[in-house]
Amino acid sequence: MSTATHADVTRRDFLYIATGAVGAVGVALTAWPFISQMNPDASVKALASIEFDLAPIAEGQEVTIKWRGNPVIIRNRTAKEIEAAKAVPLTDLKDPIARSAVAKDGAPATDENRTVAGHEQFLVMMGVCTHLGCVPQGDNPLKEFAVVEGSLKVGGWFCPCHGSHYDTAGRIRKGPAPENLAVPPYSFLSDSKIKIG
Amino acid sequence: MAGHSSYTPKTAIEKWLHERLPIVAFAKDHALDFPTPKNLNYWWTFGGILAVMLVVQIITGIVLVMHYTPHVDMAFNSVEQIMRDVNYGWLIRYMHANGASMFFIAVYIHMFRGMYYGSYKAPREVLWILGVVIYLIMMATAFMGYVLPWGQMSFWGAKVITNLFSAIPFFGDAITTWLWGGYAVDNPTLNRFFSLHYLLPFVLAAVIGLHLWALHVPGNNNPTGVSVKSGQDTVPFHPYYTMKDAFAIAVFFLFFAFWIFYQPNYLGHAINYEPANPLVTPAHIVPEWYYLPFYAILRAIPSKLGGVIAMFGSILILFVLPWLDTSKVRSGTYRPIFKGFFWIFAIVCVALGYLGSKPPEGAYVIWGRILTAYYFAHFIVILPLLGLLESPKPLPASISDAVLSKKSKKLAPAE
Repeated sequence: MSTATHADVTRRDFLYIATGAVGAVGVALTAWPFISQMNPDASVKALASIEFDLAPIAEGQEVTIKWRGNPVIIRNRTAKEIEAAKAVPLTDLKDPIARSAVAKDGAPATDENRTVAGHEQFLVMMGVCTHLGCVPQGDNPLKEFAVVEGSLKVGGWFCPCHGSHYDTAGRIRKGPAPENLAVPPYSFLSDSKIKIG
Repeated sequence: MAGHSSYTPKTAIEKWLHERLPIVAFAKDHALDFPTPKNLNYWWTFGGILAVMLVVQIITGIVLVMHYTPHVDMAFNSVEQIMRDVNYGWLIRYMHANGASMFFIAVYIHMFRGMYYGSYKAPREVLWILGVVIYLIMMATAFMGYVLPWGQMSFWGAKVITNLFSAIPFFGDAITTWLWGGYAVDNPTLNRFFSLHYLLPFVLAAVIGLHLWALHVPGNNNPTGVSVKSGQDTVPFHPYYTMKDAFAIAVFFLFFAFWIFYQPNYLGHAINYEPANPLVTPAHIVPEWYYLPFYAILRAIPSKLGGVIAMFGSILILFVLPWLDTSKVRSGTYRPIFKGFFWIFAIVCVALGYLGSKPPEGAYVIWGRILTAYYFAHFIVILPLLGLLESPKPLPASISDAVLSKKSKKLAPAE
């Protein structure tokens, strides 16, 4: 090769590179179906929505339902819990963004932005810890954990896996989780019926 | 290295085969006559034990697949059917489940042996790196295998470990969705884990082939760390080490049998006999014992991405160990200060394992942080500095010298 004339080298080089490039594109095109097949299939993607009746949930009671394979926590909060959530200054929050599909993108993490106006007692959020996906425990009858050290023990959620604490609005206050518990897209169909998804 | 083969085919059929596939010569040079340091102690038998454990896992695994159903609605029950209905199913499953633990016990002893005797040092860096690759594949295989019975710990272990990838900036969520094949750990996840759990042991076997190849280029390290200097320092692998390994394997099987027949569930978690429930996380979730030190490191860092980086970093740092240890002396036997730090490091690893099994609150978190810092300091600070500051003891002139002087010392009082 090194002794070939300049014109020959250019011609050969071009052919090698062109052949190699076509080959690489072919390999990439063939690889893609094998990578893509692992993504959610059509039946999984068919965005399921569910309806749920809130009427049977008494004040201070909480239920967990399944939506798209994940738990959704629905809590009918007590006045004390709502008050505790509202009393928290935004500057105390680890994640200042609402992470709420019922508020605007990037809205501040106020209690109002994480609930639907007129239905503040109902907190609807994913029971998926934003750390590594465990289901945070609420309704701890002993209420033995304080959300923030020194604060009143008024409830909230505790993730048993790695010790993340969420307050009564589902906002991360302590522990390794980076974000507030996500609020899924949902709307009130009637005064007591919601549709998630 | 054996050099020129000592094998000469005698009969016509041997000659015929030798010209077409010199497999007999290869076996003679690499399995029978391979020159092996004559002073290897029992810590060196764990390589053979590991090879046997892989075979045990593959055989029992293939049998289990004949009776297992990889579907979220049937996996748990099919495992119970193996335990109750399949002839000797309980035995084969307990062999497989406890076999995984035995595999890890053996690999940890094998790794710490390599660390103590400096088996990762030149010219064995590639051998060591292949060992770390084997260890990583083992971890992935064991993790996916643990998911298959689809009990509570299977499910939540799968969820937590796959969620580690969600810590990756920007692409994290897309990657976890891709790993799951959905928006949560579900049937597609179980199916792909099953497929990969069957594949990876064979990948493991191939990498072990490379590991042995890399071993047979420089030959074995040995307890003195001094290289082989002459034929006097070695003995043929067969019968000397085939016998020693066979004896060690037999003793290890006794240990293995103790777990299978007397404590078959001790190393597992009772809650994994409860079917997976995606709506309830068990109150106290912990991984299998062999991951606990890394789990403790994950939880020690109070940030999601930081914890994940520290956890993976604690394993990946092993890849560069050959270059972090600056000492030219291989064996810890001749490094008085290193020896102390080696044992501190071993104790720290066990202590991290203990912390990993405890809830992530209070003093456990504080100790987790201190020991995590020490774990990394051992590699990044202590090993590089020790090599420069420590003055090692004089090395024996050769393996034979070391063996003979040990013998004469032992005989001295009697004379």
